[in-house]
Amino acid sequence: MGRIQLKSVTKSFGDVQVIPPLDLTIEDGEFTVFVGPSGCGKSTLLRLIAGLEDMTSGSMEIDGTDATDVPPAKRGLAMVFQSYALYPHMTVRKNIAFPLRMAKLEQAEIDRRVDGAASVLNLTDYLDRRPGQLSGGQRQRVAIGRAIVREPAAFLFDEPLSNLDAALRVGMRLEISELHERLATTMIYVTHDQVEAMTMADKIVVLHAGVIEQVGSPLDLYRAPRNLFVAGFIGSPKMNFIEGEEAAKHGAHTIGVRPEHIAVSDSEGPWSGKVSVSEHLGSDTFFHVHETGLAETITVRADGEVAFKHGDRIHLTPRSDVIHRFDAKGLRIE
Amino acid sequence: MATQHSRSVARLMMAPAVVLLLGWMLVPLTMTLYFSFKKYLPLRGGDLGWVGFDNYVRFVSSSSFWPAVQATLVIVGGVLAITVVLGILLAMLLDQPMWGQGVVRILVIAPFFVMPTVSALVWKNMFMDPVNGLFAHLWRFFGAEPISWLSEASMPSIVMIVSWQWLPFATLILLTAIQSLDSEQLEAAEMDGAPPLKRFYHIILPHLGRAITIVILIQTIFLLSIFAEIFVTTGGAFGTRTLTYLIFQRVLESQNVGLGSAGGVYAIILANIVAIFLMRIVGKNLDA
Repeated sequence: MGRIQLKSVTKSFGDVQVIPPLDLTIEDGEFTVFVGPSGCGKSTLLRLIAGLEDMTSGSMEIDGTDATDVPPAKRGLAMVFQSYALYPHMTVRKNIAFPLRMAKLEQAEIDRRVDGAASVLNLTDYLDRRPGQLSGGQRQRVAIGRAIVREPAAFLFDEPLSNLDAALRVGMRLEISELHERLATTMIYVTHDQVEAMTMADKIVVLHAGVIEQVGSPLDLYRAPRNLFVAGFIGSPKMNFIEGEEAAKHGAHTIGVRPEHIAVSDSEGPWSGKVSVSEHLGSDTFFHVHETGLAETITVRADGEVAFKHGDRIHLTPRSDVIHRFDAKGLRIE
Repeated sequence: MATQHSRSVARLMMAPAVVLLLGWMLVPLTMTLYFSFKKYLPLRGGDLGWVGFDNYVRFVSSSSFWPAVQATLVIVGGVLAITVVLGILLAMLLDQPMWGQGVVRILVIAPFFVMPTVSALVWKNMFMDPVNGLFAHLWRFFGAEPISWLSEASMPSIVMIVSWQWLPFATLILLTAIQSLDSEQLEAAEMDGAPPLKRFYHIILPHLGRAITIVILIQTIFLLSIFAEIFVTTGGAFGTRTLTYLIFQRVLESQNVGLGSAGGVYAIILANIVAIFLMRIVGKNLDA
């Protein structure tokens, strides 16, 4: 069980309010991702939930019971830190067993749970090593192991993959997703990487300056971003924003078109411009198009085989059914 | 420092320092060894010829040797225990964010800047004097009979004075060690259900392990040779004669240079045993 409810929670450091009143409900078993640019308060929010920071005002409930003033150890939550925070002088076995020893479980039960976690995470061969002798991915798994042996109500992840290299990150992303499928425990995951958010989440919470901009499933956010910030943050490459006359034609202050929703042609199309950079990824090609008269740069995603190069004049056709319209305040017009 | 040329220039530049240090060490060492094999009584006949290992045997079999070893061990052990325990506590206290942290830290380090002779004199006259000392006033305030510290409790007094001098050193080293502890580790332990005392025992203390070893070894080397504190306060009386002080008495008070030199050689061997451990640990620390 792990239903977490935040009720008008605020947090100030001195005179600076980093989180204005905020309400949020995380359902039992849900994989929720807090995503936002750095400094948006997402880690602070996670630490508030963990109990490592005190709320300035507001309250929090876990499974319907008030947990606002409950110390972190008693909340039944387990956290995986960005630096992994393994205990360097203990072996992997002792690291994983530490929360169980603190809970004064019997040795046989401790061994059973540690061995169970180790086999789930492929750590059995490393149990007698120290964290210093492990690779980044293995340390990450030890940190996760230390969290799962406690059988917590919810897992909290604080940017757990940001210290890994790109290949390992993709692998760990899958492992964490699989772990969630198997354990079906509530997970709250903080990241600044929208790809991690899109691929892992059941529910994404987009934060900006401590304010929740939008909450929804990854595809909801992709299809119907509520405002310009969410529209620009979700999706890669970034959505193109066009203002002025072209936007006025659609009855909006700003229109947004995703790079994957623009067709490229060498002869026809309503917009035209000059290719400044073309990035060939094999599967796709990204064109950065200048001199369109619409915006400084229009990014276009085309098929991998389309071969325009620097300086070529090309024509662009946006798909009219997926043009996002925003008003002068940046809010979505349905 | 890669090319042949830069390496030879480096050797040339270092040569004066190396020669000076070698001379500084080798001349007294050779002289000590030379005298330790002689019967040399400057006021009673001067150089009376070679005596082999006679001085070494006499130094060890003298009735004041074992009490001196005991006194040395009590002082070194007592000061180490006090400075390490209080050092850890003070370091943790100073690590807390507080108002005026910078000033407080400098004040804590201050005793280290006071010369041993001066601090011993201040303690002797200002605090421990049985008539005018602060302690005497304090005792009288509570209606107790003042203690004449340096004669009745000579050993604890000296341990107290030396501990006061060395506490800043221990605190400083341990404070830097504590500051290097990743705060996420403490938070992780907190979330794992470890109460403050267990966090201290399982996380902070192991993290400080190396720093504590270094404090113990460096202090041991310096504490083995404390002299001014004893000379100024008790003058070696009331059971405070350490090995160093015994050597001093043999050479200057008994005017037996040969016997004192033999004692000096024993002290060199003792200090080197400690130094070997120190080098190893510091070396390991630099590798890691």
